[in-house]
Amino acid sequence: MESINYQNFRIDAENICVDYNGKVALYDANLRLKPGQICGLVGMNGAGKTTFFNALTGFVNISKGKIRINGESVRSAQKDQTIAYVPQNEGIDSQFPISVWDVVMMGRYGSMNIFRSPRESDVQAVKDAIERVDLTDHLSTPIGNLSGGQRKRTFLARAIAQRASILLLDEPFSGVDIRTEKLISELFIQFKNEGKTILLSTHDMIHVREFCDLVLLINKTVVAYGETSEVFTPENITTTFGGISPDFLFGPES
Amino acid sequence: MELCSFLTLDSFITDPLTHDFMRKALLMSSLVAAVCGFLSSYLTLKGWALMGDAVSHSVMPGVVVAYALGLPFSLGAFIFGVGSVALIGFIKQKSRVKEDTVIGLVFTGFFALGIVLVSKIKSNIDLHSILFGSPLGISLSDVKQTIFISLLVVILLLIFRKDLMLYCFDPRHAKTVGINVFFLHYLLLTCLSLAAVVGLQSVGIILVVAMLITPGATAYLLTDKFDNMTVISVLSAIISSLIGIYVSFWFDLETGGSIVLAQTFIFLFAFLFAPRYGIFKLKKLISGYK
Repeated sequence: MESINYQNFRIDAENICVDYNGKVALYDANLRLKPGQICGLVGMNGAGKTTFFNALTGFVNISKGKIRINGESVRSAQKDQTIAYVPQNEGIDSQFPISVWDVVMMGRYGSMNIFRSPRESDVQAVKDAIERVDLTDHLSTPIGNLSGGQRKRTFLARAIAQRASILLLDEPFSGVDIRTEKLISELFIQFKNEGKTILLSTHDMIHVREFCDLVLLINKTVVAYGETSEVFTPENITTTFGGISPDFLFGPES
Repeated sequence: MELCSFLTLDSFITDPLTHDFMRKALLMSSLVAAVCGFLSSYLTLKGWALMGDAVSHSVMPGVVVAYALGLPFSLGAFIFGVGSVALIGFIKQKSRVKEDTVIGLVFTGFFALGIVLVSKIKSNIDLHSILFGSPLGISLSDVKQTIFISLLVVILLLIFRKDLMLYCFDPRHAKTVGINVFFLHYLLLTCLSLAAVVGLQSVGIILVVAMLITPGATAYLLTDKFDNMTVISVLSAIISSLIGIYVSFWFDLETGGSIVLAQTFIFLFAFLFAPRYGIFKLKKLISGYK
């Protein structure tokens, strides 16, 4: 077998397992993604999607297996701010007294000094990022006063400002308006052209077909992984969702 | 009686200042209030009110043991404060009992231990002053300790204020960009224990949790900016302390209780009339219906 050059992979997760106090949340999961690839992460609630994200960001420790980010450890990926995590809208406290500007600035914290005092370059990065998600009119708006879509764009801007090469997005399309959905899909194309790697979880099967080159179907472990056109079949989806027919999930195919 | 001596506002304020113990109490309580008020912004946003309650009660045996051994009482309190949190974490992880139950049973256990120790160790410990505070009877060594601890906490909070805000808001992002979340967690706990220690002098162990949550909750109703929230929280805490001490002086009331009651009234005022989040939305009342 030819030897694998791990540098080629942005994300290389090998046989990873995660358990919480003895309860297995994810086992023997594998994932390999190259620059410019967009991969959908599909599974039921509790299938381990968030756990997978948490393992990649180092928010939880894996009990077995190995994760390499650009050929290096998760720890050094954290230091280099390689990975940006865009949370689900439900995953954040929307009543937190903080403005759009402050949230996006948090994307720069990792590369700032201990007092987190912004340099000129940080200010510029934040301005640019906010402009790209079309929120320039809302710089000082508290996040509690934003719509669901605007809030989602704020966190996308944070990931842009961070200049991460890997984006992990938890349900990027849930609870957003059409304008935001369009903007996000345009951003995806730009990210892809910039060579960023995207892993996104979604409940919406149509978005998988529309955006994802690859799809990873999981139910505590990998059910199927590969090119969307090959792997995203009704049979595999049914297995992933524990026997529920895809008709029930998407409505009857036309 | 003595009530007629404050016919003017001027004498209401200046008369108590002629007493040395009152000047000391006003200064010390304001300092303690500022520290607790600062921290309270973080605790209310992090949802650590119950944790504050637990830590502040758990320091009791530490205070008693330290007094008995002739050590600085802040040291004992600190060890038991952090120890209680470690124990809560341990029991939660190793058993199926829910977190709020664990918190409740650990801190009451520590608190009971403290009370039993006081009754057993014959010394000059005044149970009443530990339970209800004694801002009017602070000794010189206590003053030094309080100033030292207060400055330490304020400096730590100032240095790490943005990191702590991020930790409260989105710990996952903090971890993802390589910020030491473990350190921040224990930093906040350390500050909480230290603030509980200085706070218990003012209002006592039972009420110190109010110092740690009420000013933050009040400020939270009044602003959408984090920096403003800390400033409002600190100011409302200081004002409450001053009001509480003056009122307790003139009406001969328990000082700790008066301070906390003043905080509660300020909170209720914000709850009813805060411009955006109050029940009556003062802004609308003034400007008329939009």
